[in-house]
Amino acid sequence: MAVSEFDVRHVAQLARLAIDPARLPSLVQELNGILGHMEALGAVETSPETGDGRLETTAAGLRSDEGPPIPLAAARETFAPQMADGFFLVPRLATHEDLGSRSP
Amino acid sequence: MSLSARETADGVRSGQRTTRSVVEEVFRRADEVGAGKDGLNIVLHEDREASLREADLRDGKSGASYLVNPNARPLKGVPVYVKDNIATTTLRTTCGSRILADYVSPYDATVVARLRKAGALIVGKTNMDEFAMGSSTENSAYGPTKNPIDPTRVPGGSSGGSAAAVASGMVRIALGSETGGSVRQPASFCGIVGVKPTYGRVSRYGLVAFASSLDQVGVFGRTVDDAALGLQAIAGPDPRDATSSPIEPQAYHAAQHDSLEGLVIGRPREYFPDSLDPRIRDICDQAIERLKSLGAEVCDVSLPHTSLAIPVYYIVAPAEASSNLARFDGVRYGLRLSGDGLEGMYEATRSNGFGPEVTRRILLGTYVLSAGYYDAYYRKAMAIRGLIRRDFEQVFAAGVHVLLTPTAPTTAFKLGAISDPYEMYMSDIFTATANLAGIPGMSVPAGAVEGLPVGVQFLASHFDEYRMFVAAYALERAIAGGAV
Amino acid sequence: MVVGLEVHVHLLTKTKLFCPCSTEFGATPNANTCPVCLALPGALPVLNEAAVRLAARAAYALGCTVHEDSVFARKNYFYPDLPKGYQISQFDRPLATDGRLALEDGADEARSVRIHRVHMEEDAGKSVHDRYAGSTAIDLNRSGTPLIEIVSEPDLRSAADAGAFLRRLKQILEYTEVSDANMEEGSLRVDANISTRGPGASTLGTKTEIKNMNSFSGVERALEVEFARQCALLERGERVVQQTMLWDAGSGTVRPARSKEESHDYRYFPEPDLPPLRLTREWLASVRTDLPELPAARRQRFVESFSLPAYDADVLTATRDLADYFEAVVASGAEAKVAANWVMGEVLARLKDAGIGIRELAARPAQLGVLLAMVRDGAVSHSAAKAIFAQMAKTGEDPAVIADREGLRQVGDDSQLSAWIDGVLAAHPDEAGRFLAGEKKLQGVLVGMVMKASGGKADPKKVNQLLAGRVAT
Repeated sequence: MAVSEFDVRHVAQLARLAIDPARLPSLVQELNGILGHMEALGAVETSPETGDGRLETTAAGLRSDEGPPIPLAAARETFAPQMADGFFLVPRLATHEDLGSRSP
Repeated sequence: MSLSARETADGVRSGQRTTRSVVEEVFRRADEVGAGKDGLNIVLHEDREASLREADLRDGKSGASYLVNPNARPLKGVPVYVKDNIATTTLRTTCGSRILADYVSPYDATVVARLRKAGALIVGKTNMDEFAMGSSTENSAYGPTKNPIDPTRVPGGSSGGSAAAVASGMVRIALGSETGGSVRQPASFCGIVGVKPTYGRVSRYGLVAFASSLDQVGVFGRTVDDAALGLQAIAGPDPRDATSSPIEPQAYHAAQHDSLEGLVIGRPREYFPDSLDPRIRDICDQAIERLKSLGAEVCDVSLPHTSLAIPVYYIVAPAEASSNLARFDGVRYGLRLSGDGLEGMYEATRSNGFGPEVTRRILLGTYVLSAGYYDAYYRKAMAIRGLIRRDFEQVFAAGVHVLLTPTAPTTAFKLGAISDPYEMYMSDIFTATANLAGIPGMSVPAGAVEGLPVGVQFLASHFDEYRMFVAAYALERAIAGGAV
Repeated sequence: MVVGLEVHVHLLTKTKLFCPCSTEFGATPNANTCPVCLALPGALPVLNEAAVRLAARAAYALGCTVHEDSVFARKNYFYPDLPKGYQISQFDRPLATDGRLALEDGADEARSVRIHRVHMEEDAGKSVHDRYAGSTAIDLNRSGTPLIEIVSEPDLRSAADAGAFLRRLKQILEYTEVSDANMEEGSLRVDANISTRGPGASTLGTKTEIKNMNSFSGVERALEVEFARQCALLERGERVVQQTMLWDAGSGTVRPARSKEESHDYRYFPEPDLPPLRLTREWLASVRTDLPELPAARRQRFVESFSLPAYDADVLTATRDLADYFEAVVASGAEAKVAANWVMGEVLARLKDAGIGIRELAARPAQLGVLLAMVRDGAVSHSAAKAIFAQMAKTGEDPAVIADREGLRQVGDDSQLSAWIDGVLAAHPDEAGRFLAGEKKLQGVLVGMVMKASGGKADPKKVNQLLAGRVAT
């Protein structure tokens, strides 16, 4: 499975990374170089019994439905790039009128 | 720092030393070795005046209870450097990245809060590979850290700054973080002790995530005891980390035994391939002889899936990273660069905010998770991760307590010597397995090749750091005593 | 018409799904946010047990199998109100699967809808687009609010059935106190998948997804409109294109979403920050045991135990509070059908007029019971009782107090009644004569005159008896 320039552009778009076209060929080469080493995995027999590889944890992991909230040592304005009236501001979405206030 | 962490805490507690004098010594030593940007480039952020004020404050209110009860403040007055991917309210947390250049966390990581509670002072934040992605600390947006032992060489990575801070004698304890060997490998390169605890032993709350299922805060110590003290202060369950374990930590400092009678040490053959540098092999074998002479039983064992660790690691870690790093979008904190609309802002911010290695791994991780490739890469890698873990479980179940291996296949290499990404990744070949399996590991200085330190690695079963420390304390003492 | 619904429901927890921030509505923007729901570097999610309990309760109420093991997964996409760049949801190992919701009580399976799955996830924040020129404003107070998504199989065949499904679902969610399930307030959201299958065709047509409805009737109307659009396309021999349609309630139309058709590749993978959710059998059993009586069972019990018509049972069990109220009235001694008539009549009218819920009604069920006993015993007339209730409903005073103060008690005392009768007969000698001579049809007229003379206080039953007695003698 070799990665193409198309794949890299697609993946870069998913990750919201702009790739300099001049850098693209070398990036494809690097990724293929790395992925080439991954081919060894395909030769290993695995089955559902092998498991999903997640670490067993002894953690209970649940919390009770109560506060207090985790405090912030500094106001949001101190770390936010742009705020107004308590809102974080971002450049307006081009398609906003379609989706109202919902995420896609 | 000439005194051990324990001696420093005792000295401050008894009033023989002031916290201020301890902190002043840190900064004096930092200046001596050139810890700043123009020198070894160890420290990214510090506020010396604030640290001295904090020291004075501590000296002013030495509560009587702490005088008599060392357990209350086991690190009283002990200065600690913290890797720059661990959130601190007092100093910036940049993760060695441009995208967080001016970011100050509005909350403290659990490990930082615990260090403070134990009486320690956070005296600075140390340089690192950007978002902990690297094995040399050359991938920092703020320039590489240099190895104090030979400044033409790397200190290892990604926690190179913290390793160098301890190795150069600025402090006895520093925090790093591990995803695939980022504490143990630099410990080996810098000739100090580095511990990666069991996954879940130490809270990750406030550790900026690289690969969540592999990340763990680790500890550097000048000595095994320094590291034990540091780990003791930060270990234990945390309700803010669902993956932290409710199992209470053992008393690591109690692992000092005169005899190793009854301890079974395994020597996994896959970690001693024919291609291994024979000088490193000799150092490991010497260590084994020393432990044998103390009464340990040594046997050969096999961990057959070891060679798959790097391919598995470089699928799982970038996959998780690609998701973990999505939050750096310029919306709520950190760098924001404008572009064409919202999408342009995302791309400008992220493309300029992340360096080349981080970009490469995000692309790789996005790819292996994307539609059509998930089964062949991520699912497959996770299944094999299970096999790697099972290898360890079988060996430990067979009665082996601790494994001894080389920590890294090489000594510290020259700055700029490795440019091929995969060759750099192979630097983690002996360490990534512990992260994949979730088991604890540590590197202990065991010798030198051409003046460059070499560490041996101990690995133990889940939550059995104690036995690992037993072996580490014993080896350290044996080496100091010169007996083989 | 072939319809499947995806319903998102806010769970009634005090705090968010993964952090202890308040879920309360209406705080100033971003006031209810913390390192976790702001997705600050290093923050980690910890699962709220109450949310799991509510989700499991809803799943059981929908007849699902709740799994001992389920897995949270990350759904990766960029959106400014999604702070982590991924939503924590469940993907291939959901909390619960394989449920069923009946559209009619006691109906066969054809009139029930299969529930494909119920899974847990977190809500995103809110984007406000029209407040700042050139900017979208992000409020993350809602970010991390616990949701369940209920996905039905495509078993619905009409818009009316879709409406019925949603109303029944809402009722169940309210009964189990899982959610407010209020579509207007956004605590319940519906996306509808619809396709059109020609008569006799066995395969499903291409489906579209309709979003942006804000009421149940809006869902019904949107389905009708989209169905008509699809039918028209097919009749012209054109194809239905798989796409997302947006409902515009104002114009009553649907239109394709203009969102960039970037291929959605969510790159789901198991959430490494949360261990797999493992629920013990005991825990699940306790959730199941704690389930309250569900609406269908209650309707059936009302019919069987109280001998009520199905219609009454339906109205009285509309909400759990109303049904509780009714049962309390009966428990205080009232006859069931009488209580039903009163609750369905006077009580509901009062709630409607005042725009309040049953919990806010000042008149408590035991007081209504006393009032109904007074009617039964002839202490007050039916019409006086209505006047008394109108006051009780506002003030919460006891009915006897109101009856005494307002002089609304009936007079049943023979001597007083006889005096009124004597007066009426004396004042109308003509009618009196004919009546006493046996013209019985005049009795009603005379009763009316007596009632008038008494100012409405005379007990009409007794007046009738006494008048009849005069003829007999």
